[in-house]
Amino acid sequence: MPDLSINFAGIKSPNPFWLASAPPTNSGYQVMKAFEAGWGGAVWKTLGVPVINVSSRYGSVNYRNTRMAGFNNIELITDRPLSDNLKEIEEVKKYFPDHAIIASLMVETKAEWEQIIRDVENAGADGIELNFGCPHGMCERGMGSAVGQEPEVLQTIVGWVMETAKIPVITKLTPNISHIVDPGLAAVRGGSNAISLINTIKSIVGIDLDTYAPYPVVDGKGTNGGYCGPAVKPIALEMVKELAQHPEIQSTPISGIGGIETWRDAVEFMLLGASSVQVCTAVMHYGFGIVREMESGLIDFMNQKGYETIYDFVGKALPNVTEWKHLNLKHKVVAKIDATKCIGCELCYIACDDGAHQAIRLSEVGGSRIPEIIDENCVGCNLCSLVCPVEECITMEQRDDGTEQVTWHEKTLANTIPTTFDDDRAGGKGHFVPKVTDALKK
Amino acid sequence: MAEYNKPTTEKEFEENFAQKKPLMNTTEAFYESSRCLFCYDAPCMNACPTEIDVPLFIKQINTGNTTGAAKTIFESNWLGNACGKVCPTSELCEGACVYDGQDVPVIQIGRLQNFATDQAIKSGTPLFSPGADNGKKVAIIGAGPAGIACACELRTMGYTVDIYEAKDKPSGLTVYGVAPYKITNKEVLDEMDYLQKQLQFNIHYNSNISTSEQLKELEEKYDALFLGVGLGATATLNMPGEDKTNVVGAVEFIEELRMKQHKVAVPESVIIIGGGNTAVDAASESARMGAENVYLAYRRSKQEMGAYGFEYQLAKYAGVKGLFNVSPLEIVGEEKVSGVKFIRTQNKDGRLAQIEGSEFVVACDMVIKATGQAKQGSFLSLIDGLEIDGRKRIMVNSENHQTTNPKYFAGGDAVNGGAEVVNGAAEGKLAANGIDLWLNA
Repeated sequence: MPDLSINFAGIKSPNPFWLASAPPTNSGYQVMKAFEAGWGGAVWKTLGVPVINVSSRYGSVNYRNTRMAGFNNIELITDRPLSDNLKEIEEVKKYFPDHAIIASLMVETKAEWEQIIRDVENAGADGIELNFGCPHGMCERGMGSAVGQEPEVLQTIVGWVMETAKIPVITKLTPNISHIVDPGLAAVRGGSNAISLINTIKSIVGIDLDTYAPYPVVDGKGTNGGYCGPAVKPIALEMVKELAQHPEIQSTPISGIGGIETWRDAVEFMLLGASSVQVCTAVMHYGFGIVREMESGLIDFMNQKGYETIYDFVGKALPNVTEWKHLNLKHKVVAKIDATKCIGCELCYIACDDGAHQAIRLSEVGGSRIPEIIDENCVGCNLCSLVCPVEECITMEQRDDGTEQVTWHEKTLANTIPTTFDDDRAGGKGHFVPKVTDALKK
Repeated sequence: MAEYNKPTTEKEFEENFAQKKPLMNTTEAFYESSRCLFCYDAPCMNACPTEIDVPLFIKQINTGNTTGAAKTIFESNWLGNACGKVCPTSELCEGACVYDGQDVPVIQIGRLQNFATDQAIKSGTPLFSPGADNGKKVAIIGAGPAGIACACELRTMGYTVDIYEAKDKPSGLTVYGVAPYKITNKEVLDEMDYLQKQLQFNIHYNSNISTSEQLKELEEKYDALFLGVGLGATATLNMPGEDKTNVVGAVEFIEELRMKQHKVAVPESVIIIGGGNTAVDAASESARMGAENVYLAYRRSKQEMGAYGFEYQLAKYAGVKGLFNVSPLEIVGEEKVSGVKFIRTQNKDGRLAQIEGSEFVVACDMVIKATGQAKQGSFLSLIDGLEIDGRKRIMVNSENHQTTNPKYFAGGDAVNGGAEVVNGAAEGKLAANGIDLWLNA
């Protein structure tokens, strides 16, 4: 049985699965219930300044029959009294001393920061998370993402916090910025013990076609919300990687957040350098029980790979994430259709013909709907294998022998890159393209 | 006890004949439509005689454009609602669904189709309008699926259309001959009404065309004629005892059942003679009417039955018992039938042979003959130059459905010998376009 426990910048937790600061951590009741269900830690819904919430707070992006493939909210930080929250933190810690409770905080002045840090430390919190990410409402008051988008301000506030805090501090970053390394560096330089990301992405999830207002509609109007859920995972993974690979940041623990719903999602974040993961949307969709799938999947993965602790594989994919210019231009894959699995939907054909490189033809055998790959036209783009509805029906076969290796970077150094379109070394030169008028025959 | 109690009220009748393909609700339609792969050159579309763009209408349902979905369906098939319910979809569109190749349940295309068309019909949403009057007139004989489809198509092109129908309701066998658990009378007639309101073709009911004089008059009055006359009454068996009381034809039995419903009295024991879909329907219906012993007697083996396997399964669930390799010799009884005398048969070198000395009698109170319908041969012989083939079917040019008498076009059972509603709908539409091309040549 692998050991799932973590020590995240000094915050100990029986497993790496934490609830993100959000509605599921709004009360002691919920956090206790989550710990009972198997969550290792919880980042309490952000404590801070008094707020008033609106009615109608969440919006969703549904993809066909998949609900909440993307999700957004315009809810603010906690609207419950600080004293109630502190009392409940204390109570939960009594029942679950070995679980992690991290207090998410968002206030304005240095004095307010000092006061609230003392308050949560006295309540028994194991750590602090600085909410510099919220992209709606709070930022209009100079907090949340307004801080996360100004590295200098962020570094100053982290500095204030570090002067006071006796427990580990995590700085939570907003993705609403063009270069995530800037606030990441500011957090590290300010002395933050750890970083968590991503917070939600500024978004409009849809427009009501009858009232002409964005969702969620509040009395005929709406505002941008914060986007999260499965749809944002790719953006979050990339940002985690950016920080985990940065020489000045890479030794700082990262808590990965963004669309995590299954053990696979969690492992992907870990392989890119996260040593804890935070989950919100999946719990808002399915409840705390989903952690059982995440935990059992993680254990199974670790057993299969022979890992004893999560630190055996945290960051393991990082060496393989490189810049485009370092990719091997000699690598060649070609699609292959398994005729025994093909069900004849011909989606690969039309996707390739209309959307890619005209490298699939319909069968010329009467009655057969199994398309054929035109090897010489296939550029190995993967599109057919991605649209194919049958598992393992279209695979990409390697055609180079693996002995040759040339990258754009090497070519640049050797001064062998193509410089004009007519250059014989240009990639597209000689690729098959049908005659323009062939389009009319179809 | 029989599987079913005898229905005594309309409600009980409807319960016994619960719809095999009930309407989907919005949630079911949403989830089902979400599964469609949107295949290229979709096999379901190619398997449909009317070539409905199935992936398109399913996508339209999925995006909440139910009206657009209904239009896609009706544009290809004027009897889109009836066909969604009565088509043997597992043999057509659904049978072609590629999901079958991975043992994933196929898309319920027929029910999705009804989800869209039913909403259009119930709301009366107009989707089509008659074309500008082109001054030309077409007479249609028979308001069955072929005739109605032909009429609708011609009206969109601006023809004046008069349909002459022998009975007092439109849609032919759709209302008179389909098993009641496939579609209700109201559903059939509501679609007819919906089409007629939009396209305004005239139907003259109780107007049987049966004489040369009538045909001459129509030929003079109209620019073209369409024959959608279907088939005739149940063919005779030419067997002793066929004239006894309670020996009925399947087509006539089903028609009476559809019109009078629970008021039809079906006795305790019924023997149905035949092995086609109509035979299986009649057997299934007898059982659902509360008959205790229902035998489906077919002279060949179960494997050789013409009926679809799923139809026979449905009949078996209703309590029907199959008697195979039995050939009827005589219907026995006094004035009223009391049984059927059979002889056993076997396949001998590919030919069906009776087994000597194997005669036996099965008692019954009613015999339903389902051994095919007679053709309209004598009526068709009144039309000059109209050629019929060896099986007494009207011969047509398959491209435009024009007969050998150029003024006459034809479609439906009278041409194909007896097929599905969807075939009639397809042929009627083809003929309408054939008429248009011919009149504008």
